[in-house]
Amino acid sequence: MAHAAKLGTNVTGVQMSPKDTESLLEAVNEIHPDVPGDTSGLMRERAERASEAERIGSVPLPGSAKGMLKSSMDMLRGKSPEILLDKMGERLAYERNGVRLYDAMIAKVKGSDTPDSELVGTLQHIRDEEYEHMMLVARHIETLGADPTAQTPCADVVGVLGMGALQTITDPRTNVEQCMNALLTIELADNAAWEMLIELAEAGGHPNIAQDFKHALDQENDHLVKVKTAMRRSLIGQVT
Amino acid sequence: MTQLTGILDNKGTPLEKQQFTWKEMAGQPISKLDDDAFTRVRIILMNGVETDALRLKHGIARITGQLRQPLAEIRRVEQHQATMINWLIGADHSPLETTIAYEQVAIEVTAAVAQNEPDPYQAQTYRYGLLEDFDHLYRYSAMLDRLEGKDPNNILQGYTDIVPGRPTSQHHRHPENDLRDSYAKEDAALITKIHAALITGAEYQTHDYYQNIGPLFADPLARQLYAEIASVEEQHVTQYGSLADPQETFMEKWLVHEAMEVYMYASCAEQETNPRIKAMWERFLDYELGHLNIACEYFKQLERRDPAEILGGPLPKMVEFKSQRSFVRKVLAAEVNLRSSGTGYVDKAQEPQSSLDYRNQLNSEGIAADIVSAGYQWAPGTELMRKAS
Repeated sequence: MAHAAKLGTNVTGVQMSPKDTESLLEAVNEIHPDVPGDTSGLMRERAERASEAERIGSVPLPGSAKGMLKSSMDMLRGKSPEILLDKMGERLAYERNGVRLYDAMIAKVKGSDTPDSELVGTLQHIRDEEYEHMMLVARHIETLGADPTAQTPCADVVGVLGMGALQTITDPRTNVEQCMNALLTIELADNAAWEMLIELAEAGGHPNIAQDFKHALDQENDHLVKVKTAMRRSLIGQVT
Repeated sequence: MTQLTGILDNKGTPLEKQQFTWKEMAGQPISKLDDDAFTRVRIILMNGVETDALRLKHGIARITGQLRQPLAEIRRVEQHQATMINWLIGADHSPLETTIAYEQVAIEVTAAVAQNEPDPYQAQTYRYGLLEDFDHLYRYSAMLDRLEGKDPNNILQGYTDIVPGRPTSQHHRHPENDLRDSYAKEDAALITKIHAALITGAEYQTHDYYQNIGPLFADPLARQLYAEIASVEEQHVTQYGSLADPQETFMEKWLVHEAMEVYMYASCAEQETNPRIKAMWERFLDYELGHLNIACEYFKQLERRDPAEILGGPLPKMVEFKSQRSFVRKVLAAEVNLRSSGTGYVDKAQEPQSSLDYRNQLNSEGIAADIVSAGYQWAPGTELMRKAS
């Protein structure tokens, strides 16, 4: 796998096929849309379907009697504790997915033309902290009496969101910079999500959980700096 | 190539030498950006051909015991051929982008076939179906632009027009109007039989693809559009599937299919621009010659006839993989208002009530093809670029 961009025979744009483009535009100008209107019908229909739709799923009820008791006690503290549980489920799924993304990224860097051992070290460090965060969230889900093995609705949705990064990083043809860009997206969102989760834990009456999560946020801030720095170093280095 | 029987002297690759590894089957994909659109057209088409080869042989194995083992042995190779071909489509194609490519296959290949087809009724049927796939391309292009913000021409590379054809909303017909007359096996030219097998296989895979990926979309209109067009593709399989003579024996159908595969790999190998892919077409041409020879041996054993009875006679030139724009425009101008009545073609004013009733019921809660394409005009770089300029 090669680094960065290269000039070549990209044939996707109209400049690569001027005669065909002329013919195509001629057809477009002669044969007009048969259905009048614009995108407003599509938007109306989407809105209507959203109003009719059922939800993606539910936050599971605590499974054990012990869990139920603890959960009931904690539930008394917040107005809607299932919201915190759902978001904790999301973070667990996200961090777990993050471990796998960094595993894939390490393989990518090792397979590049000029493997950067320092970058591999950095990625391994971040990967190990993502693993810690994943276990931290799992533990706290248990202290709330809930089941960390359940996939909550937000965990499910964030899995859909992560598919783009996963597809980008695991494609053998993508280069290190393209994949660092995927990790940047992941880390930016992760950062904001931890901030939100801490606020949510505090508002829900769980200061101990919030405190533990602040440590994770500090580490996430460091991840973001490391990813940005690695990207900048690589890209700027190639144009100067 | 002018005659298929001539190339039967070449026995091809023996079946036991037709081997693969997992790594080569899941090999390097083509480049969505740098490879010519017709390389992708050939890949999609030949995956359809191979999956139809599996389908036909499973069908034969269901009704006869004696061929089960040889059919299973050939199918295993065909499974791996299909995999090696289909895995050439890279993961940077979104399912909707691949859909655009599927419609390009349907348009450009059906147009080439329609011009090569000597039987006027069969040629008319190809032109009829062509205008529907042409319209599907327009609806899906609008969907791609308006859902993913991508330009369908990045896939089509200027070879295929993006304008309305016979409106998709009017493709939905009563099944009685989707059946067609078949060729008569004793009178039809070999190329007529090959065309019917080819286009039926191609449409079958298009149907199966839409049917499988439709539910992967989150957008409700995309889901509905795939439901709508998958239904039309089932009609197309019905239409094209009825072109072949039902009186053909299963051995005859097997021979025709293998002949079609040989003809198609030869066409692909002749015109491929990517050297790596060309080598694969040549390799598979030799594999197919091996399969065709086996089929010929069983034909002799079971039917006690000379395969030349089926495979003899001249073949026209190879299928031409190139932009068929001017032909498609002519067909569009002359035949967009054709509708089918039973197995025949009539003006839309004479369309049977059975189809109108069927369609009105299906369309009664909204038509995705219309909603997603309302006012859509392709522009270089998506319609958002046109609106901004």
